[in-house]
Amino acid sequence: MDTPHVIELQNVAYSYGSDALLSDVTLHLAPGSFHFLTGPSGAGKSTLLKLCYMELMPSAGQMTVFGREVSDLRRDDIARTRRRIGVVHQECQFLDHLPLTENLSLPLTVAGRDPAEEAENLRELMTWVGLSTRAQATPPELSGGERQRAALARAVIMDPELILADEPTGNVDWEMSLRLLQLLVELNRLGKTVLVATHDLNLIRAAKSQVSVRVLRIADRTLQLSGADL
Amino acid sequence: MGRSGADRVVPPTGFTARLTVFTAAAMAFLAVFALALSLATDRLASRWSEALARTATVRISAPAGQVAAQVDAAMEVLRTTPGVDSARPLSDAERRALLEPWFGPDLPLDRLRIPALIEVVETPTGIDTTGLRARLAGEAPGAIFDDHTRWRAPLVRAAGRLRMLGLFSLLLISAATAAMITLAAQAALAANARVIATLRLVGALDTYIARAFVRRFTLRAFAGALAGTLAGLATVASLPRADAAGGFLTGLGFTGAEWALPLLIPPITAAVAFAATRFAAFRQLRETT
Ligand SMILES: Nc1ncnc2c1ncn2[C@@H]1O[C@H](COP(=O)(O)OP(=O)(O)OP(=O)(O)O)[C@@H](O)[C@H]1O
Ligand SMILES: [Mg+2]
Repeated sequence: MDTPHVIELQNVAYSYGSDALLSDVTLHLAPGSFHFLTGPSGAGKSTLLKLCYMELMPSAGQMTVFGREVSDLRRDDIARTRRRIGVVHQECQFLDHLPLTENLSLPLTVAGRDPAEEAENLRELMTWVGLSTRAQATPPELSGGERQRAALARAVIMDPELILADEPTGNVDWEMSLRLLQLLVELNRLGKTVLVATHDLNLIRAAKSQVSVRVLRIADRTLQLSGADL
Repeated sequence: MGRSGADRVVPPTGFTARLTVFTAAAMAFLAVFALALSLATDRLASRWSEALARTATVRISAPAGQVAAQVDAAMEVLRTTPGVDSARPLSDAERRALLEPWFGPDLPLDRLRIPALIEVVETPTGIDTTGLRARLAGEAPGAIFDDHTRWRAPLVRAAGRLRMLGLFSLLLISAATAAMITLAAQAALAANARVIATLRLVGALDTYIARAFVRRFTLRAFAGALAGTLAGLATVASLPRADAAGGFLTGLGFTGAEWALPLLIPPITAAVAFAATRFAAFRQLRETT
């Protein structure tokens, strides 16, 4: 294949302590692909996403992000690479002292861009995730589900090439889950690469009916391609 | 809106903010006095050494009948001594004036057998003291050459010590300021560890995050130091001035262009705060991925 993979893990291992949590993980995310990541709680889904986002560095193996070896990246390179990735953390990371609008445009602000440029985009996004009336609330004033929706809105504000979402629908009702999925599907149709960690098999089925997705499963400390058993 | 992006992303740090302003102000106030002390002792030392280095005295104690002859002999020796700029016997009136502060105005000089005095002014090259003493001993046995080294040296040494003390105080004050601002910055940074981690996660560069803190602490340190310096200057200005005619004593204060010197304290404090906060910020940042 000519186009480099967005993310490539080759025999990657990771351990928090002495015991390996992940070992021999090989993963290739082609540009424009849509992947789901499943597995039992504690299997290492969030850990794998954090590796992809360079919050954690592999204990062993090779890993490239946008074609660059992560072990060669310096701190500033990592920061700049992250601007090309939209991420939804399982525990949403916000600045509690700033109102929602400023939190959502934070990636723009720290990248030195004027949030006003994206004001229209931001308004649309907030309406889509149902937060237009909560613009001036601070994150602690939001419900868990509202924060999760906000996290997804912030993840896509920079028009990222890759979206990593950790349980983006964990705290929201089914109808809202479908709306959030819709956002991801549409971005995928625009060519963005998507990787979503979830327990929600219904969500995966709903996605399958719209785009071509692949389902990966973490079991026995490694990654397996899940069959068509859904 | 007032505050710009980089400034807003870091939450206000009320307590450490006030601590920094107060520390900078107090330290700047003290620095003004340490500086005044250094400058005053500097003036004192140079005045003492200058005033005393170029003058010397020849004292002649001899039986009443021989004084005049020995003064003439000593004057002759001095005239032919290299390094002597001028030599002049003090008149009775001048000698009386010298002693008046101690003994009152009605001193009967002629009956007291006060030694005769010759005031000697040296050229900048100075006099060969040993050679002069030897020649005086031959020509005027009652003459004693005194170049004031005996009591000049300890005075100059004392003034030098005082000046060192002033400079050392300035150094200590700078170090203490740096330490306290580092502590305040570290407290602010530790309290904001989550904010820093979040900023890193959304793609902020280390310099961007550090700048938000550094800017804040630098400005506060500057503002505090400015207030402290002005207060210090006002206090120094209100100190009673030492009488210029009072001889060796110079007041603790600034003269002329020296008044501008303390104005360096605020920018220096700001520079210290800048370096200290930057150091603390990058140390905290190294702990985030
Ligand atoms: N910072 C950490 N230090 C030590 N152990 C950790 C740390 N983070 C996670 N773990 C452990 O690693 C394992 C995998 O955690 P991870 O969060 O990746 O699981 P997960 O698959 O995302 O689970 P869930 O579905 O519950 O979100 C868990 O057993 C967890 O306790
Ligand atoms: Mg998880």
